[in-house]
Amino acid sequence: MTVHSFQEHFDSLIDRELTIEPRDWMPDDYRKTLIRQISQHAHSEIVGMLPEGNWITRAPSLRRKAVLLAKVQDEAGHGLYLYSAAETLGVTRDELYDQLHTGKAKYSSIFNYPTLTWADMGAIGWLVDGAAIMNQVPLCRTSYGPYARAMVRVCKEESFHQRQGFEIMLTLSKGTEIQKKLAQDAFNRWWWPSLMMFGPPDAESPHTEQSVRWRIKRLTNDELRQKFVDVTVEQAKVLGLEVPDKDLKWNEERGHFDFGAINWDEFWNVVKGNGPCNKQRLETRKKAWEDGKWVRDAAMAHAEKRKAKKDAVKAA
Amino acid sequence: MTQEINKTNKSEWPLWEVFIRSKVGLDHKHAGSLHAADAEMAIENARDVYTRRMEGVSIWVVESKFIHASDPGESESLYDPANDKIYRHPTFYNLPDEVKYM
Amino acid sequence: MNKQRYLLDYTLRLADDALIIGHRLSEWCGHGPVLEQDIALTNTSLDHLGRARTLYQYAAEQFNRLPQGEKKNAFTSVAIQNLVASGENLGEDDLAYLRDGWDFRNMLLLEQPNIDWAYTIARSFFYDTFNYFFFQHLAGCKDESLAAVAEKSLKEVTYHLRWSSEWVVRLGDGTSESHQRMQHAVNELWAYTGELFVMNDTDKIMLQEGTGVDIEAIKPLWMQRVSAVFEEATINTPTGTWMQQGGKEGRHTEQLGYILAELQFMQRAYPGMAW
Repeated sequence: MTVHSFQEHFDSLIDRELTIEPRDWMPDDYRKTLIRQISQHAHSEIVGMLPEGNWITRAPSLRRKAVLLAKVQDEAGHGLYLYSAAETLGVTRDELYDQLHTGKAKYSSIFNYPTLTWADMGAIGWLVDGAAIMNQVPLCRTSYGPYARAMVRVCKEESFHQRQGFEIMLTLSKGTEIQKKLAQDAFNRWWWPSLMMFGPPDAESPHTEQSVRWRIKRLTNDELRQKFVDVTVEQAKVLGLEVPDKDLKWNEERGHFDFGAINWDEFWNVVKGNGPCNKQRLETRKKAWEDGKWVRDAAMAHAEKRKAKKDAVKAA
Repeated sequence: MTQEINKTNKSEWPLWEVFIRSKVGLDHKHAGSLHAADAEMAIENARDVYTRRMEGVSIWVVESKFIHASDPGESESLYDPANDKIYRHPTFYNLPDEVKYM
Repeated sequence: MNKQRYLLDYTLRLADDALIIGHRLSEWCGHGPVLEQDIALTNTSLDHLGRARTLYQYAAEQFNRLPQGEKKNAFTSVAIQNLVASGENLGEDDLAYLRDGWDFRNMLLLEQPNIDWAYTIARSFFYDTFNYFFFQHLAGCKDESLAAVAEKSLKEVTYHLRWSSEWVVRLGDGTSESHQRMQHAVNELWAYTGELFVMNDTDKIMLQEGTGVDIEAIKPLWMQRVSAVFEEATINTPTGTWMQQGGKEGRHTEQLGYILAELQFMQRAYPGMAW
């Protein structure tokens, strides 16, 4: 087949909503875009372990401690599934780590915000995981097979994450005045960064159109953001919390909530590395990786020595 | 020897494919992949990564480099010829209504 | 102390052991040397924390059945004494979060810091080997609740021991750096292994009652297993004989205070609230 007919075959798979598999021909741009998107997503899971990981040792009850630990562990698992999906595109996990550690690769900016109180565990589960799920569910039908299958697994596991967060918020909002204050404070700090999680407005998002056609993305940033606002505002009512946006208003005509302007200046600054915890998060990841090097080397050296011994026995 | 170890120092743990039997009596099914230094570790890692929610009762692992796959470019010649052999399926044959089970 | 109090002390010790090691291992989450092992260690941590919860629940049941007079001074903790004075029953979290260090009964080994992967492995390996034999015996004990915990834990511990033994061998045999680190960790932690086999009054009385385990009898089994793994790992068994002890009596190393400061922070800063 010529490149032209490869392209036609690829296009026809995409148009018929069929999946592309690792050994199928694919345009370079498709491969590059996928590697970028999947690895960004994987990095977000791994860096995302840190803000919540902060509170594992300080969780207020044994039940919460076990749940939080299992949840942060799931994020490690999700990172692993996603790195594996990226690896089917001909890049190694080590290379992807290198991109993260040298600042070439991005991860979700939300994880550059600090977790200051226990209520942040509730707010992250409820809002951040809520936003993530909204982003991820459509990706279970994305065009690249390994990515779609990883997302199916991720979404299945993710379903308890948002619930445990909401449950924390609910417990706080039904608790003492101080606990309500903790919940409202966390809501105030995490609401806007959560809206930013869906990325820049469609008009300024250059990748959106191509990505939607490739089914790497299934809904646009603004569509997802609106959906998130509509759903979350109702949930905030159940919690008795006030959405920190004085411009929030139901729009009868649109059938959606109107909401205030997002501070994109802040968003781009956090992306650029000026968020409250950018440096700290990256340093922590780098340290874990560098401190672990001798351990990984030892395991590999031992495996090779043992294999050599086995081979020698066989040869004798 | 030193040289060899130096080489391994730089190398990543190999990639493994994981196959899980979800229930006694069923086939092993591809679950995903992971990194491990050797086969024993690969099985343990598979246990820790892929069976946390009671997904499995048995695990197979194989180093990814040993998997050989058919060429998608040849799928027409490989798989389409089976399409017109419908006589291989039981529904191809007409049975009188009186014969209820066969 | 009467028999009930000894059973409570015994149950609490097992619970404290499980909580403190579970807590230490949970500190690794997000910082492991490789994703797969980060996940593996967290699984083990969750096993320990699960066991801690069951045991604290059982300990709380026992405590709540004590006569009021005995409850009052059972623990030297203002928060618990206030709860008792107000006639409230204690729960798992009260025992974990409201006692101070001198009422914690965990063994010193388990509160030692993670330091690096070799220390973490050595600490787990010593404890896992102990647990492997301990729970086999406890599974046959007269106390049904403890026997049930033991039976469940034995499955978990069998895997923990396999995992930590393999890592001792990997690090011991791996590279010269890993060998050095492994040997160093073993040497440093060795002094805390004596306490595993110290029979104090609680152990003696529980053994008489058919509830406790003869831990002195476990020692040779433990030694044999540890030596076999060390041999494969080319790690020397330390020759030092001076052993630290005191954890079972509430005399801890400085480490425990810091663990509790972190672990109990929320319950201390926001007392009496549901989470």
